[in-house]
Amino acid sequence: MTKSVEIVQNILDSNDRIAAGNKEIFNAHQIFAINMMASPGAGKTSFILRTIEKLPKGIRLGVIEGDTAPVTIDSDKVVAAGMPAVQINTGGNCHLDAVMLEQGIKALPLEDLDLVIVENVGNLICPAAFKLGTHINILVASIPEGDDKPYKYPAIYRGVDVLIINKIDLLPYIDFRMDYFKAGVEMLNPDLRTFVVSCKTGEGMDAWVSWLAAQVNAVKNK
Amino acid sequence: MHELAVTESVLRIALDAAEKNDAARVTDIYLTIGRLSSIVDDSVQFYWDHISKETICAGATLHFNRPPAVLHCLDCGQDYAMEDFLEPCPNCGSVNIRVISGEELQVDHIDIQRKEEQ
Ligand SMILES: Nc1nc2c(ncn2[C@@H]2O[C@H](COP(=O)(O)OP(=O)(O)O)[C@@H](O)[C@H]2O)c(=O)[nH]1
Ligand SMILES: [Mg+2]
Ligand SMILES: [Zn+2]
Repeated sequence: MTKSVEIVQNILDSNDRIAAGNKEIFNAHQIFAINMMASPGAGKTSFILRTIEKLPKGIRLGVIEGDTAPVTIDSDKVVAAGMPAVQINTGGNCHLDAVMLEQGIKALPLEDLDLVIVENVGNLICPAAFKLGTHINILVASIPEGDDKPYKYPAIYRGVDVLIINKIDLLPYIDFRMDYFKAGVEMLNPDLRTFVVSCKTGEGMDAWVSWLAAQVNAVKNK
Repeated sequence: MHELAVTESVLRIALDAAEKNDAARVTDIYLTIGRLSSIVDDSVQFYWDHISKETICAGATLHFNRPPAVLHCLDCGQDYAMEDFLEPCPNCGSVNIRVISGEELQVDHIDIQRKEEQ
C-alpha cells in the first residue's frame, strides 16, 4: 500500500529563501543591488567598466564576478578601475545561486558601498532560474548574438527588469532586425525598460547611468 | 547544467516530506515543470538515478507534467500554447500578449510506503 503525500512546493524554494536573506543584507546597508546576466561576450564586463567611468563621484560601487573557472581577469579589470571586486569561482557551475552570492557579499566592504553589481556566469539558460536577492535583474543582449534570442531563450527575458542592447556600433555590419527582436521582447516582457548602448563608443551610457543613479539614491536616502 | 541543482532540491524536498510521514520508501515523485522554465527532464532523470542511490528515494519513479506555456492575446482574446519557439498570436498576428502559465517548477506530491507496512 502506498500513500500519497501532498507537497506543492517550488523546487527552488530553499534558494529563494537564502536570496531573501541576501536582499535583507543589501537593504540593511542601503545598497542597491543588480544581477547582470548575458551570454558570454555580450559585454557585461565592458558595461560595468563604462558604468564606473560615468557614475557620479558620490556613488560607491562594488562588483561580484561569477566565473566558471578560477580566473580573475574580469575582477582585476574592475579593481584597476578603482572599485572593490570579488571573484566567485562557481567550480564549473553554469550559474550563481543565492548561497554563492552570500559568500561574495560577505567578502565586500559593504559599509563603504551604495551599489553592488553582480556579473553572473555567461549563459542564457541557467541563471534565469536562480534568484540572488538583488533588487533588479538586468540582461545584456548584444547585436552580434542575433535578433532571434528572445524567441529561443524566452525564460531569461521573462525575469528581467531592465534590458541593455549593447554593441549598436555594429548594427551597420550585421543583419539584426531590431523590430523583430523588440517584438519578441514585447511578447515576453511588455514595456521592459530598455537602454540601447555601445560600450565601444559610449553611446547611450548617459541615459543608463542617470536612471541608475536615481535608483541608487532612492535606496541610499531611505 | 542547472538540472543538477534542481534535482538535488527535488531530492531534499522528497526526503523531508518522507521523514515527516514516517516513510520507509518513496516510490513515485510527481513534478510540474512548465515549458518556460528551461529544464530538460531527461537530464533530471539522469542526475536523479545517480544522487538518490543511497537514500530511501532510490528507485523512485519521476513523473513529469510538462504543461506548455499558455499565452493570451490582448487584441483578439485568443489563448494559444507555445511549445518550443515563441510566436505572435496565430489568430491576428499581434505581439500584444501576456504569458498566463508555463513557468511552474514544483513538486506536486510523492507516493510513499510507511514503515509499519513493510
Ligand atoms: N564593437 C563592440 N565591441 C564590444 C562592445 N562591448 C563589448 N565589446 C567587446 O566584446 C568582447 C567581450 O566583452 P566583455 O565585456 O568581456 O563581455 P562579457 O563576457 O559579457 O563580460 C570584448 O572584446 C569587448 O571589447 C561594444 O559596444 N561594441
Ligand atoms: Mg565578463
Ligand atoms: Zn490575437
